[in-house]
Amino acid sequence: MRLYVLVATGSLRRYATYRVATVAGLFTNIVFGLIIAYTYVALWHLRPHLGGYTLPQAVTYVWIGQGLLAATAIMGGGFEDELAERIRTGDIAIDLYRPADLQLWWLAQDLGRALYQVAARGVVPLFAGAFFFDLALPVNPLVWAAFLLAVLLGLVVSFAIRYLVALAAFWLLDGKGAAQVAGLAATFWSGMLLPLNAFPGLLGEIARALPWSSMLQLPADVLLGTRGGWGTLGAYAFQAGWAAALLALGRLLQAAATRRVVVQGG
Amino acid sequence: MADTGEGRKGKPMEDMEDMEDIEDMEDAADGFIALDGLEKVFDVRRRVGAFRREKRRVRAVDGISFRVARGEMVGYIGPNGAGKSTTIKMLTGILTPSGGRVRVAGIDPSRERARLASRIGVVFGQRTTLWWDLPLIDSYRLAQRMYRVPDARYRANLERCVELLDLGALLDVPVRQLSLGQRMRGDIAAALLHDPDVLYLDEPTIGLDVISKAKVREFLRDLNAEHGTTVLLTTHDLQDIEQLCGRVMVIDHGRLLYDGPPAGLHEVGGSERTLVVDLERETAPIELPDVPDVRVVRVEGPRQYLAFPATGSAAPLVARVAAAYPLVDLSVREPDIETVIAKMYVEGATVPEDRTTV
Repeated sequence: MRLYVLVATGSLRRYATYRVATVAGLFTNIVFGLIIAYTYVALWHLRPHLGGYTLPQAVTYVWIGQGLLAATAIMGGGFEDELAERIRTGDIAIDLYRPADLQLWWLAQDLGRALYQVAARGVVPLFAGAFFFDLALPVNPLVWAAFLLAVLLGLVVSFAIRYLVALAAFWLLDGKGAAQVAGLAATFWSGMLLPLNAFPGLLGEIARALPWSSMLQLPADVLLGTRGGWGTLGAYAFQAGWAAALLALGRLLQAAATRRVVVQGG
Repeated sequence: MADTGEGRKGKPMEDMEDMEDIEDMEDAADGFIALDGLEKVFDVRRRVGAFRREKRRVRAVDGISFRVARGEMVGYIGPNGAGKSTTIKMLTGILTPSGGRVRVAGIDPSRERARLASRIGVVFGQRTTLWWDLPLIDSYRLAQRMYRVPDARYRANLERCVELLDLGALLDVPVRQLSLGQRMRGDIAAALLHDPDVLYLDEPTIGLDVISKAKVREFLRDLNAEHGTTVLLTTHDLQDIEQLCGRVMVIDHGRLLYDGPPAGLHEVGGSERTLVVDLERETAPIELPDVPDVRVVRVEGPRQYLAFPATGSAAPLVARVAAAYPLVDLSVREPDIETVIAKMYVEGATVPEDRTTV
């Protein structure tokens, strides 16, 4: 266990060394936040209470999304590129002979990265949003704690999906295409473009049942308090269920991959 | 390359059964690493025509048997694609053999990879196990946790490696800022912090300058002498073998061509060294009727190239040339490993079966 804590803190420190990247990322978050938030303002004027959100809640949702964008790696930028690259070049051989579990190793690494990005890329966009708009943020610290737990579970689900995508490199030999498709899918199904609550009819039902809703929609709902106490527990159960299922699937795929491993390049 | 191995396909079953008896005698002095008829077959799909794909079998390792005793230092050489890395990967348990059996310290590597991991160290010359963006010392702390090395032992081992590999000033430097030679030394230290019984080195001196090569070789020699660490190293550098290993195994096309002392390699391969002499002026090709087996292979103005058997000494030849010709300068070129092996392979020089399982 201490090994994986060390892996996570190492990964956190590693991302912390790239300060310019962090600042550039924050700038992007704020610009995109402004664009999407003003779009929502227009949309909610036409359709008030779309998806059950008031305008301040909808705008808050935008800034939560920008704050979590880096941490959840919804549009990519997590460990998956590195893992796929290691599979492609054959460096994966080094990871395989270590007396450590491959999946836990990368989970620890990705959580370390995500924790850094929650802190470094999560707080500033919320302040920026509060500067430009009227936000519906709670004052109760317990709600914030509940939110952070939902974020953590969402990060695990996000990891589990990207782990599957990265392992595809064992068969595809180049993981870039798969990563791009996965990034597009995550951007849409996570609710990064539009809250899943606002999706109509069957599409909405499907979107809310898919694992991507764990990453942004559910944590945002917990923070906005739109689900109530039991709803929060339900959100946790939903997230934990998907996390367990996807991690288990990842283990199966990992076993299949390492059985057929033809380490490339030597 | 596809199916040259017809003749070996039916490795006699009796042999295999005899081996069962010796199984799992972990510290049996003559079988710390034991391979018996080891095979690895890959299916490679190749496109033929627009839609059809042809499945082809490639025998990367085609029935290799050998024993390495505890504390031995063995070179494992062969041209690119000979099956060296595939063998190493089966020895570490990353690849599962298609046939035959392999035991390292009595452990079946692919079945108990995690248990074996704490007893082996692996260094890949072309890859790094170190944490790219973080200071070197972080990779070592990680190795300590990973292999559960007790604090006192970790400190002692680290201290020794830092001293012998000259890493003191580098511990706080991020790995990405290290030179190739520094990184290689860092990698070797990382592989040794848990006191492995076996160290596999895959081209440990590749790309290193002369001084770095010397440092790495010296360290490995000391490690082997003082700690009795069993070392198996693959390389393309014949000097690595000659300076480090008392025994060398040559493979090509997945089969063992030679197993014995490095000197014997030149004998079997019939390889030649080249004496390059610079004379004062252009002369006719050098003729030395009283020195056997010497011939001029090339003349470039005042420079002449003389080939002589690698098994012999250059000294008498040099003396004779110096006495009879106006000698200005000279140098001796060692035969490179590819040439030796290429020659061995072409001439079909194979060792008798029984010698491959010494």
